[in-house]
Amino acid sequence: MAKPHLMIHILPDKCDFCGCCVGVCPEDAIELKESEISIIEERCTNCKKCVWACPWEVIEFHKDGINNLSTKVNSLDENQFSKSLS
Amino acid sequence: MKKEYDIIVVGAGPAGSTAARYAAKNGASVLLLEKDRDVGYPVRCGEAVSHEGVLQFIEPDQKWIASTITKMNFISPSNIKITMPIDRNIGYVLERRIFDYELAKLAANNGAEVVTKAYVYDLLKNENGVAIGVKALIKDEKVEIKSKVVIAADGVESRVGKWGGIDTTCHIRDMESCAQVTVSGINFDDDTLDLYFGKKTSPGGYLWIFPKGKNSANIGIGVSVEEAKNKSAISYLNDFLEKQFPNASLLTRIAGGVPCAKPNKVMVKNNVMLVGDAAHQVNPVSGGGIITGMIGGMIAGEVAADSILKNDLQNLKDYGVKFQKRLGWRHEIFYNFKNVFGGIKDESMDTIAEAIVKLPIEDRTLAAIFRKALWREPSLIIDVAKVFIN
Ligand SMILES: Cc1cc2nc3c(=O)[nH]c(=O)nc-3n(C[C@H](O)[C@H](O)[C@H](O)COP(=O)(O)OP(=O)(O)OC[C@H]3O[C@@H](n4cnc5c(N)ncnc54)[C@H](O)[C@@H]3O)c2cc1C
Ligand code: SF4
Ligand code: SF4
Repeated sequence: MAKPHLMIHILPDKCDFCGCCVGVCPEDAIELKESEISIIEERCTNCKKCVWACPWEVIEFHKDGINNLSTKVNSLDENQFSKSLS
Repeated sequence: MKKEYDIIVVGAGPAGSTAARYAAKNGASVLLLEKDRDVGYPVRCGEAVSHEGVLQFIEPDQKWIASTITKMNFISPSNIKITMPIDRNIGYVLERRIFDYELAKLAANNGAEVVTKAYVYDLLKNENGVAIGVKALIKDEKVEIKSKVVIAADGVESRVGKWGGIDTTCHIRDMESCAQVTVSGINFDDDTLDLYFGKKTSPGGYLWIFPKGKNSANIGIGVSVEEAKNKSAISYLNDFLEKQFPNASLLTRIAGGVPCAKPNKVMVKNNVMLVGDAAHQVNPVSGGGIITGMIGGMIAGEVAADSILKNDLQNLKDYGVKFQKRLGWRHEIFYNFKNVFGGIKDESMDTIAEAIVKLPIEDRTLAAIFRKALWREPSLIIDVAKVFIN
């Protein structure tokens, strides 16, 4: 269960596993396997660098923590993403 | 697989396979570990290289060459196209899936053992924090394998270096966030690379069209993470595609990152050596990192094998010095260039382009272009001077 202070949420089913976020993370707080990605909560400082880095817009920042994800808004504009990719 | 090797290389990209190849060739026992199921896939790359670059390592082979390049178009923010002939040093657009596979095969042919679906999740260290092997998840089983040296060739997502005590984090100013599609059904010039510049279309980076033959091409973009905090690479790319190729069929799409930084200050520590993207060995202006990473890999592989043979791991430090001599010093100058170039406003870039396009193609040498640019934008002289003084 995520502690309330973690504000970063990766949409795993939308991630392309490219590693751009891992390359900018100053805390070594992202674990990336062949097709699995997760935030190492104890290390993450919510600095948002990974959010800015993600080419796919699949990392979300929730200033109230990620426990109440039902109220979340998708940062990814689904239409924009799939328009020319369909 | 054995329990112990002289050298473990983490990551079977061009840098890792080349490191493994030259380490094995020079007499070391080598294990090359790759987390993905297949070497060379997925391809996160525009795939452009120079002929001269490739030739240092492998005889060009049609089976991994998609097209041969003799020209480059630089396209300014207001669409002024400057064609540059490059026939004296032609280039290729690769099929990296096959190319990377061939490089791993070369490593294997020289005696390295290659294992895929092998994810390295930590280093084995002695009480002094010196690496003595790796911990890996191989085909879902946890294993510990010992080695005298670990070569981190784990790409832009490198973590192995950090575990060895080397800071490899790429500053967001220097990280290029990338998106690329491979399109088909459009007639591209198969001998020409197109590069589009402009703060509005690709802040802190550029957009490329690299032809792959048979009416297909890689169309991709890199934007500086810091300059494009509020809009993602894929959004920028979609804008371009909608405008230029609304009806293109998209075969694949990939995300990626390129560390366009200066080479990492520390390349060796605690018996861990960094090569390729993990060491920020990319040309910081072009973002090209295939050949430069292979050069890093070759030097590291040779130095590692030599140090082990001489039983003197202090000697590993030589690698950093040798890389600096071969490429590092140039990349430092390129890096300063990148910062000057990045500071040019779109309007100034158009003014310069207008002047250059008037030069006959055969007179478009770098020196001539440089003179034109300085004449049009004298303030650049100061910036250019800074590049060389810095
Ligand atoms: C969109 C894009 C376009 C590009 N275009 C060009 C171009 O046109 N020309 C050019 O020269 N360069 C280009 N580059 C740069 C080039 O792709 C890289 O510089 C090059 O691939 C670096 O090689 P490498 O061996 O260091 O790393 P990679 O090729 O990234 O290989 C690293 C390998 O390590 C593996 N790995 C990572 N972590 C682990 C782990 N923990 N355990 C086991 N294995 C691991 C990865 O799966 C990967 O296979 C481009 C890059 C991008 C993103
Ligand atoms: S928010 Fe910062 S510390 Fe946390 S995972 Fe992202 S980059 Fe790393
Ligand atoms: S940058 Fe985005 S797409 Fe790439 S691995 Fe990270 S979350 Fe996934």
